[in-house]
Amino acid sequence: MAAVGSRKSGGWLTHVMVLLIIVIWTVPTFGLFVSSIRDKDQLSVSGWWTALTTNESNATGRAAPPSEQEEVDGKFVISGNLFEEGQRGSVVSFGTRVQQPNEFEAGQTADLGDGVTLTVAADGDYQLVSDTAFEGSRGQRIFYRAALPPRFTLENYREVLSSAGIGQSFINSLTVTIPATIIPILIAAYAAYALAWMKFPGRALLLSIVVGLLVVPLQMSLIPLLKLYNGFGEIFGVPAKTYLGIWIAHTGFGLPLAIYLLRNYISGLPREIMESARVDGATDFDIFVKIVLPLSLPALASFSIFQFLWVWNDLLVAIVFLGAQNDQLVLTARLVNLLGSRGSNWEILTASAFITILVPLVVFLSLQRFLIRGLLAGSVKG
Amino acid sequence: MEQQLLGAFAAIVIGVGACALYYYAANAVLDLALPFRRGPQAVRNQKRAALIRPWLFLFPAILILGVYLVYPAIESLWLSFHGPSGENFVGVNNYVWAVNDDEFRQSIFNNVLWLLVVPALSTFFGLVIAFLTDRIWWGNIAKTLIFMPMAISFVGASVIWKFIYDYRSEGSTQIGLLNAIVQGLGGEPQAWITIPFWNNFFLMVILIWIQTGFAMVILSAALRGISEETIEAAIIDGAKGWQLFFYIMVPQIWGTIAVVWTTITITVLKVFDIVLAMTNGQWDTQVLANLMFDWMFRGGGDFGRGATIAIVIMVAVVPIMIWNIRRANAEMEGR
Repeated sequence: MAAVGSRKSGGWLTHVMVLLIIVIWTVPTFGLFVSSIRDKDQLSVSGWWTALTTNESNATGRAAPPSEQEEVDGKFVISGNLFEEGQRGSVVSFGTRVQQPNEFEAGQTADLGDGVTLTVAADGDYQLVSDTAFEGSRGQRIFYRAALPPRFTLENYREVLSSAGIGQSFINSLTVTIPATIIPILIAAYAAYALAWMKFPGRALLLSIVVGLLVVPLQMSLIPLLKLYNGFGEIFGVPAKTYLGIWIAHTGFGLPLAIYLLRNYISGLPREIMESARVDGATDFDIFVKIVLPLSLPALASFSIFQFLWVWNDLLVAIVFLGAQNDQLVLTARLVNLLGSRGSNWEILTASAFITILVPLVVFLSLQRFLIRGLLAGSVKG
Repeated sequence: MEQQLLGAFAAIVIGVGACALYYYAANAVLDLALPFRRGPQAVRNQKRAALIRPWLFLFPAILILGVYLVYPAIESLWLSFHGPSGENFVGVNNYVWAVNDDEFRQSIFNNVLWLLVVPALSTFFGLVIAFLTDRIWWGNIAKTLIFMPMAISFVGASVIWKFIYDYRSEGSTQIGLLNAIVQGLGGEPQAWITIPFWNNFFLMVILIWIQTGFAMVILSAALRGISEETIEAAIIDGAKGWQLFFYIMVPQIWGTIAVVWTTITITVLKVFDIVLAMTNGQWDTQVLANLMFDWMFRGGGDFGRGATIAIVIMVAVVPIMIWNIRRANAEMEGR
């Protein structure tokens, strides 16, 4: 009992260390999430850890053009507000040259020469006053330092789902993943039963081959299969890159693990059940369908989660076998494209990435038990 | 859109239905052809059916494994001795090219670096975290949070970390966490992923971040499997915290540590997405898997060179493969 007690008796140092590790491990994902719901203008000028504080940043505005000037008491006046409608914030200071946005404090009046004065109030209201009429077609530029209160928005998500193509890709990913997860299960289950409970010559060899294939790198298969698919497409006059093609490809790549996991599980089922069924006249087919399959549900669930995560998160198979056309890109491939084309638009990237990882995270958090069981069955022994 | 999802749904129904139908029909045909319940040759038929039936169960799996894994492995080897389009025999030219190619050498160097660092650190962190979290009451929550990156795709993880490594020129506000910390400590911000050699490590961090959870889960189960007696005995002898860990517990789970280590090694050999998304091999970060992908399509694609690189990756995997098969065989004899 002493040992059990000691196992749960971590001192305060243990608590602190684990806490520190957790912070390091979760901060990256948390930062991504916070950034994805921030206003994109704030996101690009301040770190996400300042998301809850008021941010000061330099900005440039332009006064209304001279065409909108009014004559008041013999003076010419242009007035307006620097902030867009709906934007809350305040002006800290302003200036008329880009190097010096802090030249004047908010509320002060700046003398621009030639009898022109500029006043900018803290709420963004500005007033240009001149003795003579303003000329030209463009308004005076105003450089200012603005204090913007924190602003959170779902605008980034709205944008990526429609214009960045993430919405379409989400559907594509679902289209690829669901059949590629379910189709291998039955095939693997039959093979696993045969390898576990049926006697035939070559069984040990076949099992060794399956174990060997577990670690064969995907890279070995890519070129020959690409050639095969292209040749197949040419002969039959069909596109080489189809959903059907990628479903079967994922089935093939997932089968070794599926067979291995299921065989381990099925061979552990009690021998008495099988034998008494056989005595009652059941064939192997009956035993498999009526006894083994229902009893193997936990193992089937484990494998399904593995395969789902693997297919959803896969990039290599998708870009080789599904092509790079816009309407066929899966989420991971789309994200790589966005990294290239919108590499500095973090509001697009963070929101897209979060949508990409959302489904696997939900699957992971809700079905973690099965995943862990599968991991242990797949690798812990000896 | 609905059509596409409907198509996927139809594929599930048809795919699973066709499989089920195959197994059912193949089994029924065998029963009809070799009736074993009655008749003069029932016993002989039963024996024959028992010889055939396993192969009916195995046939679809063998077919798919053959077409998608076994045949391509042989074909890749064959292609590696042929030219760009796979037609003319070029002997070992592709291998000679590889040995003399700077980019290939760079990839080998980087891969070795990855192989030395990532499995070691992932396993080490996993082991330490497993030990620590087993000793506190909220350990399971902690484990879930550290395990979570396992669910995130390599590309998603790359975006997450690219954001952390983000660089703005000196003087402007840094929005990347790493540069903000560096600047906060008085250092100079850097474009981390463009600094040759060291950038490899910034990329490795991503994989370590993902794989540590895997190592932790497996090793934690192994640690719990250690018999209580050895630990009690050690405690009575006066062993404490870390001594208990390193001298009593770790030596008992060497087997599992090796399994975790080799599993992560395989993952490292195949690492592709992270490099593609972060640098695409620029700034001396190329690795074999990404180089291979590159050659598949570069200049219309050079299948000979691509296959050669694939073979090199495979050769690195073979020792682990043999070890795995031996282990599996030993285990099965034990049953």
